[in-house]
Amino acid sequence: MRRETVLLLGLLLVLLAFPAFAGPYALAVATLILYFAYTGQAWNILMGFAGHLSLGHALYVGVGAYAAGALFFHYGIGPWAGLWLAMLLCMLLGALIGFLAFRFSISGVYFALLTIAFAEFTRVGFDHLDWLGGPGGMFLKVAQRDAWDLASFRGPPLMYYYSILFLCAAAFALCFFLLRTKAGYYWQAIRENEDAARALGIDTFRWKMAAVVLSAAMTSVSGVFFAFYYNNLFPEQVFNIGRSIEIILGPVIGGVGTLFGPVLGAAVLTLLSEAITEALGAFGLEIPGVKQVFYGVVLLGVIVFLPHGIWPALARRLRLRSGA
Amino acid sequence: MDRRQFTRAAAGLGAAAALSPFGIVRAQAQKLKVGVILPRSGYLGFIGQSCQKGADLAPGVIKEMLGVDIELMNADFESNVDTARTRAERLIQEGANVLVGPFDSGAAAAIAQVAEQRGVPFVINIAAAPQITEQGYKYVFRNFQTAIDIVRNGLDLIGDLFRATNTVPRTAVYMHVNDTFGQAMTKGIGAMLPARTQLPFKIVDTISYDPAAKDLTVEVSKAKASNADFLLLVCRLNDAIILRREMVKQRWNPMGIVSPGSPGMYEEQYFKTLGKLSEYSISNVPWYNPRAKLTQIVEKAFKKQNPKDNLVFHGLNAGFTFEAILIAADAFKRARSADPKVLADAIRQTNITEKMMLGGPIKFNAKGQVEGIGSACVQNLNLLPTVVLPASAATAKPVFPAPYYKKA
Amino acid sequence: MSFDLVANVVVAGVLTGLVYGLMALGLSVIFGVVRVVNFAHGEMMTIAMYAATVLFAALKLDPFLSMLPIAAAFFIFGYALQASLINPFITRPEHSQFMLLVAIAIILTNVMLMVFGPDARNVQVDYQLDSFEIGRILVDKARLYGAGAAVAAAAALFAFFKWTLTGKAIRACADNYLGARVVGLNVKRLYALTFGLGAACVAIAGCAMVLLVDVTPPLGPAFTLLAFVIVIVGGLGSMVGALLGGILIGVSEALAGLFIDPSAKSMFSFGLLILVLLFRPQGLLGKRT
Repeated sequence: MRRETVLLLGLLLVLLAFPAFAGPYALAVATLILYFAYTGQAWNILMGFAGHLSLGHALYVGVGAYAAGALFFHYGIGPWAGLWLAMLLCMLLGALIGFLAFRFSISGVYFALLTIAFAEFTRVGFDHLDWLGGPGGMFLKVAQRDAWDLASFRGPPLMYYYSILFLCAAAFALCFFLLRTKAGYYWQAIRENEDAARALGIDTFRWKMAAVVLSAAMTSVSGVFFAFYYNNLFPEQVFNIGRSIEIILGPVIGGVGTLFGPVLGAAVLTLLSEAITEALGAFGLEIPGVKQVFYGVVLLGVIVFLPHGIWPALARRLRLRSGA
Repeated sequence: MDRRQFTRAAAGLGAAAALSPFGIVRAQAQKLKVGVILPRSGYLGFIGQSCQKGADLAPGVIKEMLGVDIELMNADFESNVDTARTRAERLIQEGANVLVGPFDSGAAAAIAQVAEQRGVPFVINIAAAPQITEQGYKYVFRNFQTAIDIVRNGLDLIGDLFRATNTVPRTAVYMHVNDTFGQAMTKGIGAMLPARTQLPFKIVDTISYDPAAKDLTVEVSKAKASNADFLLLVCRLNDAIILRREMVKQRWNPMGIVSPGSPGMYEEQYFKTLGKLSEYSISNVPWYNPRAKLTQIVEKAFKKQNPKDNLVFHGLNAGFTFEAILIAADAFKRARSADPKVLADAIRQTNITEKMMLGGPIKFNAKGQVEGIGSACVQNLNLLPTVVLPASAATAKPVFPAPYYKKA
Repeated sequence: MSFDLVANVVVAGVLTGLVYGLMALGLSVIFGVVRVVNFAHGEMMTIAMYAATVLFAALKLDPFLSMLPIAAAFFIFGYALQASLINPFITRPEHSQFMLLVAIAIILTNVMLMVFGPDARNVQVDYQLDSFEIGRILVDKARLYGAGAAVAAAAALFAFFKWTLTGKAIRACADNYLGARVVGLNVKRLYALTFGLGAACVAIAGCAMVLLVDVTPPLGPAFTLLAFVIVIVGGLGSMVGALLGGILIGVSEALAGLFIDPSAKSMFSFGLLILVLLFRPQGLLGKRT
């Protein structure tokens, strides 16, 4: 077996067995890491594969979360049905943004600003939608269950952990296969040089639309998870540009366009955050703001010295074949 | 029982004890570990730090009052809901017997789920969203008014204010910040005001504004154009300051600025920034009883720890945070154990009459909510927030209309 | 809706818009020439505002006077930042640039939090809450002066770019990077110069803004976003465009607030941004690239 497959399977086994030897705190942190890994992976499809920087991806998380949340809150409909509505709405939204952007040839910074504008517009808009709770937020009825109730997605933290792990693994597998199909090659061609791709006869508009829609759909699932894990949604928090930035931190640090980058990046960032908090606490340096300064400095360091992200450098060290 | 059986039994017991969630069985826990979760950085930073002052003085005061030892475990959730959840988990893992916090409703909901899941009592110091105590939680307790209570008390106090000053304003313009708090207050006012026929005024215009807005020119212009007698305001600190300034710039001088219950106008920043302009603004908020015995004790302790500061500027934040820890300590004393489950049961039986904040005794109903917490009419007089109503707790008389009032 | 009300609101919108335009001016210069997405723009302005409060607290210096020393300091800071950290990133993909500046923004914001604490700071000058009465319109003094500073700064920059040699050289770099290098321009130095100029503009804007808004550490991001909206709407690289964009945003937000719902004002600005990006991405006065 190839080295990387072995390592990957090993990692999967470790993650599957993790809850057995981890306390609830570690489990909560792990769930958070996997959540950002999954969402980052979804974002990565648009950026890493199709080469378009979206800085408003919180839009899809939010719409997905509110769609599923609203169905549950107003009609008692469970998350499995809500999931479809969430994906549908986000696909339409993604298609709209993609259509507007690509028809009018908006790319680069302008595309990024377009995505920000849509997210902000929606944020303020949702603040005024009383049916969805408005600024007061939507609180989903919580039921503490020790048994796994997958139908209404309620259960112990363990259930959420395995669910997000499953999502993460599925996303990874999906991207792995996509990269090796025609779609994957077309996307990479478009990313490297769109004009050349078009010259070769690739319908770049169609494939870019596919990337946006797929990314949006995957991200909406993240939103559904968010809604049922946190059980309360506020437009200010959910659509916030800070959230959009959080989503892209993982992939950018880990390695944009790589398969493993988002996962590694999410892990590194979350663990770094917790570690700094612990260290500062141990030294008694709990001055507000110190932690974020350290965090920012590390971020800066990685960006300046490892421009392609941590994973490519790490992969080289581990002597794995590049491309994963 | 022969020796072999005995050894096996002992080994079994030992193993059971080692694997049990509480490790070695202790006789009587000596200290109560209180996990204090507050937003000390991020956009809620200044409020979290204000609450922290109430927490910091608690161990000393409580040791004197109740004779119990408290150890504070402070955590900063950085005004971020994700962090609130992981911090709560971490505190519980590090041995917190009870959690106190967090000021923000979103964080409160997240922490509540963790507390409920782990069976650790969570005493909320400040959070007004009514839904938090409607979830059927067994481990979540709130010693603060819900938004509905705040509005009710606030409106009643407005009636008292007019009666006490013999004024009959006919019209009010209602301005409110469009965030979770403002929206809850607006709903409450919409529901309760029409029924209160003893209040002489009608709202002639409602203007909602963005809490993050740095420029409120349009909003104040609209309010001025309404020609209302006074301004009914639900705000936060920064916008309250901007509004007051804009009122001066646009030369709008209504009878007064009255808040039926919101932060901002009684906070230190408001006074420091506006100076004389802060005078006469009124906030009807849960507050501490300046005449209560416990208040004097807390005030002394506060002065010792913060010599350059004044408790009156942190009355609400520090007061409720202190009371939340007091509740935990009182339960600990009665339960004689720091076991979270036992503590939770003890908290449910709480009946504290010797308290600091206004209102009836601290008693939790079936939903974990304290009923009967009072509000005071707090007016800015001589650059200090002063209780002017109810008369039993007042230290000065209310001034309404304000001296700057110019009939339009 | 009386005429007075609308007139007052529009005038205030224009003046406020000019001050915002001043803030966007720096970004327009930086973005237009160096093509770097400065997502730490708002944080830079926040630092300038803090600097003004410090100088006021120490020396009772009116922000309009402290504009000059602070602008000079920011020029040096901007020059250094560009030359050291940002230069290598010009050729890197956008997401890298973006992340670099996000990291810088995080560091700056939290250093400010550590140094100044979370409480708001401000200056208190005598004329701060005064207004001129012109007929039935009340004109806010502080805003008027700030708008004046905006116009003066824009005029100065305009003159610089149009009539000085260095200014023309910078414009050449913006128009044609390769060509500029071919004719022997030291592009690196000119880029650093431009960043320094942009930073100086931000400093001036900060000093004007501190008379209107109290400064707290998390002030940055909202201003960064606003600056981008104005720059896009007004047109990249155009001085007048930045001011015009500011006025447009200021007035449209004011009118939206007046006739619709004030809390939905910003929806209007973002809506406008979307429309501009789609139908006229070069903005009102920008050139089509």
